[in-house]
Amino acid sequence: MEFYTISLLNGISYGLLLFMLSSGLTLIFSMMGVLNFAHASFYMVGAYFAYTITSVIGFWPALLTAPLLVGLLGAAFERYCLRRVHKFGHVPELLITFGLSYIILELVQLVWGRSSVDYRVPVALDGPLFTLFGTQFPLYRAFMMLVALLMLLAIWLLLTRTRIGLVIQAALTHPDIVESLGHNVPRVFMLVFGGGCALAGLAGVIGGNAYITEPSMAFSVGGVVFVVVVVGGMGSLAGAFVASLLIGILQTFAVAVDASLMSALQVLGVTLTPSTFGYALWKLKLSQVAPILPYLFLVLILIFRPKGLLGKREG
Amino acid sequence: MTRTVQFNFKFAIKTVAACAILAGAGASFSQAKVAKTAAGPQGGQTVRIAFMDPLSGPFASTGQNQLKSWQFAAERFSGSKNAAGVKFEVVGFDNKGSPQESLNTLKTAIDQGFRYVTQGNGSGAALAILDAVAKHNERNPGKELVYLNYAAVDPALTNEKCDYWHFRLDADTTMKMEALTAFMKDQPKVKKVYLINQNYSHGQQVSRYFKEDIARKRPDVQIVGDDLHPIGQVKDFAPYVAKIKQSGADTIVTGNWSADLTLLVKALNDAGLKLPMYTYYAGVTGTPTVLAAGGDSEVYAIAYGHSNHPGDLGALGADFKKKFNDDFYTYAIYNAFNLLGGAMEKAKSTDPVKVAAALEGLSVKSFAGEVTMRKSDHQLQQSMFVTKWQKADKKYPYSVENTGYGFVPIKQMDAYVASTPTSCQMKRPA
Repeated sequence: MEFYTISLLNGISYGLLLFMLSSGLTLIFSMMGVLNFAHASFYMVGAYFAYTITSVIGFWPALLTAPLLVGLLGAAFERYCLRRVHKFGHVPELLITFGLSYIILELVQLVWGRSSVDYRVPVALDGPLFTLFGTQFPLYRAFMMLVALLMLLAIWLLLTRTRIGLVIQAALTHPDIVESLGHNVPRVFMLVFGGGCALAGLAGVIGGNAYITEPSMAFSVGGVVFVVVVVGGMGSLAGAFVASLLIGILQTFAVAVDASLMSALQVLGVTLTPSTFGYALWKLKLSQVAPILPYLFLVLILIFRPKGLLGKREG
Repeated sequence: MTRTVQFNFKFAIKTVAACAILAGAGASFSQAKVAKTAAGPQGGQTVRIAFMDPLSGPFASTGQNQLKSWQFAAERFSGSKNAAGVKFEVVGFDNKGSPQESLNTLKTAIDQGFRYVTQGNGSGAALAILDAVAKHNERNPGKELVYLNYAAVDPALTNEKCDYWHFRLDADTTMKMEALTAFMKDQPKVKKVYLINQNYSHGQQVSRYFKEDIARKRPDVQIVGDDLHPIGQVKDFAPYVAKIKQSGADTIVTGNWSADLTLLVKALNDAGLKLPMYTYYAGVTGTPTVLAAGGDSEVYAIAYGHSNHPGDLGALGADFKKKFNDDFYTYAIYNAFNLLGGAMEKAKSTDPVKVAAALEGLSVKSFAGEVTMRKSDHQLQQSMFVTKWQKADKKYPYSVENTGYGFVPIKQMDAYVASTPTSCQMKRPA
């Protein structure tokens, strides 16, 4: 019981961080149809900005300003680069964001160096929130969860309850009509792209000090973010939310399971020895393969439900 | 996958080009200086060493520190400070920790005329270099390389895969485990041990040899968990910590290093789980800071050195800190230069062929008694320390990463305690 509660909490909080990371990507994809390869790079930039800003004016201002700066960067990129290649179709769009991710990586290494930086959790958020069965639950994890939930709420309200949200949604399906009604559609797209990047930046501010702020951080989350978006359904915010929780919890519990194919066969009365063909594969424990499970999940989803959990296939 | 491969390739070209320019500049600079130094039998000669370890990626912090350490020590040991009176020079190559990339950097180093190579982080890369150096030396008589391995601890390197041109300055996993378990067997509170390691040769061996050694020395100790996780991939160790808690373990043993140890300690602190932890690499960049953030905790490290050595090594560490505000923890470098200097004096040459022959069986004074390069397998025989993480005090003042804590030796073991037999059948050049 104790173990399940703790693991569930761990899984949910990890899942919520994944959601923070992928919501921006989903947003951009659903609104603009652009698969932003550089999304995780904006996450990294957010963390590094936060590190620098924290050392100057503190964590709380950084929590606000770092995502804004990242958002501005994203908007500028959309305005001066992405918009130009937009007319050539989706592949050039994809390639340009792909190139951007490498440029950002190299720039980050030039500015902040190749090794990790000492970006710490602020003192006010350090320490345990409560103790459950003798295991502490860190305050910062709770803070992460809170921010993720607030973010979900804010995006949802913005898209469904505000004027700008309606314009954005309309511009997605009927850009010509929205334009003829006097709205500046390219500016709407710029706003969406910048907003999506800002969300990634926010995840960076929060995730950078919870884990480690280093140049390889973008690469290490890049894969799993795409998994979340694909599993959840391309462009579905609710899908991304469900998928990130699912993956977070799945991964957390998989770590705990020491069963292998070998032990499963043993139950059936088959005993394998080191000389059995493929012994290395048979004896692999589920806990050992936990980190690749999301990718397995991705493949299975694409085979059996290509539109994702909550996605709608475009006609 | 193609994506990564292409990128790595492009990146490699860039890195290589940059390194080539740097090394070229370094070489011409050193040649200009050669005439001025003349002390000792080989005075005036420059020995250039190619350092190849990850200088980017998840383990960059470790590699960067070690490159600085090598270069700093090279400067200090140059000229009259080594027996041969040669000038040492170290140039860094980024092998990204990968065996494949190491072959590329090795080739670049050979093309640039390096005759001494050093590497340490990752036994996979070490095996690749060992093999490539052996082949190169066989095919290119007169252009032989010597490979100094300062930290890769896979026992295979001095056993079944041993090679004449490879010299290991660190103690291998079996030796460290022999020493660590010799200490742990006298700790009555060690009853239930949880093993957590990286899933590659080193981590698997830590797990394997711990189980073998402890079964021999303390058969009553229970292994309540034995986890292998992917190296450099896990962001969130909280699930592992929950598992450790669940197992009822009273002790953790881990061979993890760099980010994998830092994140593990972070997660342990977050959960407030304070168990005695026996480690190999708690002193490596980044980890001490996180250890200190968790307050007083019982952490031991098994190593061939510690942060509070008096004398030469102590002074070197202090000056290193003054210059870089970073810790000098790769003490093998100290032995490397003493051994090289000694061998070059003995061989009266800096020619790798003669130096390799002179290194065999060579004994030099180290920071902790005498060390000997065992002839049969080229494994350095040295005394081992069990060190404990505690607040810096008058007796042991060194504060690691300015945390106010340091590693304090609580037990020193003579070389024979940790010495393990070898199965190496060394083939020597005719």
